[in-house]
Amino acid sequence: MLILRTLVLGPAHGHTITHVIERTSDDVLQVEQGSLYPALHRLEDRGWLTSYWGSSENNRKAKFYKLTPAGRKQLAAETNRWQERVAAIARVLCVRPE
Amino acid sequence: MSLRRFFRRTSHDTELKREIESYLDHEIDDNLARGMSQQEARRQAHLKFGSPVRVREELWQANTVEFLDHLRRNLRYSSRALLRAPGFALVCVLVMALGIGATTALFTVVHSVLLKPLPFKDPPRLIRLYEHSADEKFPYNESAAGVYAEWKKQSTGFSDLAILARGFEYGLSGTGGEFPEKVRASECSWDLFPTLGVAPALGRSFTASDDQPSADATVLLSWGLWKRRFGGDPSILNQPIHLDEKSYTIIGVMPAWFAYPGPGVQVWTPIQHEESSKRWQELDNHMFAVVGRLKPGIRETAAQAELTLITRGLHDQHLDNPFISKAANSRPLLEDIVGDYKTPLYVLLAATGCLLLIGCLNVASLLVARGTARRKELAIRAALGGSRWRLLGEHLTESFLLSAAGGMAGLILANAAIQWFVATRQDMNRVEAIHIDAPVVAFAVGLTFLCALFAGFMSSLSIKGNQILSSLQESSRSHSAGHSQVQVRKWLLALEVGLTVVLLIGAGLLLKSYERLRSSNLGCITDNVLTMHLNLPNAKYSQPVQRLSFFETLLARMRALPGVQFAGITTTAPGEDYGGDNGFLIQEHPPLPQGTMQFAIHRWVDPSYFEALGIPFLRGQSFDQNQRLDKANQVIISSSFARQYFGDEDPIGKHLLTLGERPYQIVGVVGDTRHEIAKPAQPMMYFPFYSGTESGGTLAVRASRDVTSLALPIQQIVQELDSELPVSDILTMDQIIGKSTLDASFNASLVLAFAVLSLLLAAVGLFGVLSYIVSQRTTEIGVRIAIGAQRSQVLALMLADGLRPASIGLLLGLAGGVAASKMIGSLLYAVEPLDVSVFTAVAIIIFLVASLACLLPAWRASRLDPIQALRIE
Repeated sequence: MLILRTLVLGPAHGHTITHVIERTSDDVLQVEQGSLYPALHRLEDRGWLTSYWGSSENNRKAKFYKLTPAGRKQLAAETNRWQERVAAIARVLCVRPE
Repeated sequence: MSLRRFFRRTSHDTELKREIESYLDHEIDDNLARGMSQQEARRQAHLKFGSPVRVREELWQANTVEFLDHLRRNLRYSSRALLRAPGFALVCVLVMALGIGATTALFTVVHSVLLKPLPFKDPPRLIRLYEHSADEKFPYNESAAGVYAEWKKQSTGFSDLAILARGFEYGLSGTGGEFPEKVRASECSWDLFPTLGVAPALGRSFTASDDQPSADATVLLSWGLWKRRFGGDPSILNQPIHLDEKSYTIIGVMPAWFAYPGPGVQVWTPIQHEESSKRWQELDNHMFAVVGRLKPGIRETAAQAELTLITRGLHDQHLDNPFISKAANSRPLLEDIVGDYKTPLYVLLAATGCLLLIGCLNVASLLVARGTARRKELAIRAALGGSRWRLLGEHLTESFLLSAAGGMAGLILANAAIQWFVATRQDMNRVEAIHIDAPVVAFAVGLTFLCALFAGFMSSLSIKGNQILSSLQESSRSHSAGHSQVQVRKWLLALEVGLTVVLLIGAGLLLKSYERLRSSNLGCITDNVLTMHLNLPNAKYSQPVQRLSFFETLLARMRALPGVQFAGITTTAPGEDYGGDNGFLIQEHPPLPQGTMQFAIHRWVDPSYFEALGIPFLRGQSFDQNQRLDKANQVIISSSFARQYFGDEDPIGKHLLTLGERPYQIVGVVGDTRHEIAKPAQPMMYFPFYSGTESGGTLAVRASRDVTSLALPIQQIVQELDSELPVSDILTMDQIIGKSTLDASFNASLVLAFAVLSLLLAAVGLFGVLSYIVSQRTTEIGVRIAIGAQRSQVLALMLADGLRPASIGLLLGLAGGVAASKMIGSLLYAVEPLDVSVFTAVAIIIFLVASLACLLPAWRASRLDPIQALRIE
């Protein structure tokens, strides 16, 4: 979900994805390389991402990932579900014992 | 974990590698931007990323389908293992290919000929109809045209009912003096083709108006004849051709696959146009085949019962004629066409099945031997944690690889075998339907899998997971091998020998029967006798006088040829055919009680025929020279005729009332001849050929030597007498016998070939097992010899070891042979199924071969040098 979210802004390669996630979460979320690539591949298999080789901002060859329309829909659904869950957990946590 | 990723994981991996590199480069760039040194930037980037190899490995694992991966590894491992022992692999593949090839070929034949429905419309509703002869001797007798006419008129169970006559030949000649030839023909009612649901490929079929005595003559050609003689020219339609010198209009060409009523039929003509209208009154002239199509919902038995009722009615109306049948009979059309091949083909299929089984057993036993040689390796791998399933899987993969290669080679072999089969058995009905199709390929693939499983499991019986320690211990010293392995191999061997014995017994019986058949006495001289068929067309030779003068001139000129000793003519030569028969009465005997019939095979021969074929006169002599045209009134009978109808009486001078005309006086009694080599001689009567009633027959020439060289001069004489007359079936007497014993010789030689092959396989198996046992027991034998065992004792010990499974197999095989011989009983001629000499011979052969196979390894064991044997470690 996080990966999909970072790609809403536009195509990006693995390094950028890691950075964006780490930056935006103020380094709370650290991306394990061992799980990043399997995750990317899985998302690609499900048709939510497409990938292509291109050159990056500092002129290096890099593999870019791009969100597909299906991925966009999936992101929306996932985000909704997540927010519902967070809200529910928050409500539970907010109920003070008497 | 998709299959796509699995099969492309190598390319994915390189891509990932590049991706990781680009990631690291970006990180390094960032670090450089942060002001680190080049080296530090690289170090930090790698630190942060961790091990790239681990990431790749994880992804690789995630992309792997475990089962397929194992399979691939097994395949690679097994193929390497097999390539390391190419001799072993080659032998296994060859053995498998032979078995699978032979079985597939036979299955193809059985499938195409016996199992596949006929290529007609809705074939299950097509049935062949017969008359059940009044004397109960011929349950499937041909029908009389008069009876068919009544069936057609009265029956309600059939949507179509067609009649046809087979075994006709026409002399085909063109309108412009082309080379004349004989073509096989069938006369059929116009509705035969609608009954079968077949339409011509070109032109039209017969119509009811073609099928009338007054209609213009029309003819349908076979595809083969059209292609061969007319170059496949479509403009041939509506053109005339000459059959027996009468003009016929070609109205159509049948499709290439159409071969009814039999292979080699090249023209079809309408039956009512061809046969005299008198035929349709005859109720006792059984010479036509009737084919019916059942109406939907009508059962065969019901339809048959209806026809029986009609037939019975006819019989009761003509009680004075004992030859009219009382009942009708029927069976499916397919059964009628190929019923005779059922037993021989299934026997051959069973034989190939045995061969395949033996092949599998041999491969299994070879695999066991290999497994044993690799025992130590397997034990170590098991000890290191290789699971039993894993090892078993490898084992199965190996046998699968062998079978797959064998199966592929087998299919090629089968293809060649089928081509050979079709070429050799052109006489067989439906031979044109034989070819490899999808079910056959599926069968071959299935067979291959079965063989793989069978050989694999048989040989893996000896893999046991819990014997790691013992096998490590065992194989560390050259002990005798594990008991179980040897036991398994011995059982495999016993089975193998048993199957071989069964095959050998079958082959022996068939061979002996064939031998008897070949040596059975036809009743005439067969050496240096040449025969050929010649028929005068009725159109040109309509008068008996014309025929008489033609044949008299021909025979006289033939006798004048240098080298010709004797020449004669008959309507049908011995061993050729039944020919036909006639009812008769003996004038001097009291009248027969009503309903009894007397009949004998008839022949028309010239006076010198008996001399030409060396048929002896037991009494009396041949026709005198006056027996020509209307004056012919003498008849000669065969000795079985005399025995059956005259007993002790002297038949000479008695008179036969037959042919409806005048009494024929018996002037001679000759020795019996057989109309078919496998059937006992039947009563026969010979009428004078020179009466001129018969339009042709078989010329027979006897020469002192090399009779075949006379074929050409005789043909030349015929051409000089009439340039449009075709001569056909130029065969020596021996060839006629060969033709009629083709089936027997074919079956016997095929089964014999299979038996010899399996004998070879069994011998190799025995040899292999015993050699292996000897090599395993080298130390033991060394010790035995060292402590004083005599060499002869060792020899006897080892021989007994090898011969024990062989004798068990022999016993099994003899028991199986008894069952098998019952199965082929109907194929045997003058041989009892339980022929003692065959069984004994087979037992001796097996014993000898087994002893020979065992002798060499046993002898080697007895020659062992004890010092060397003990030092072998």
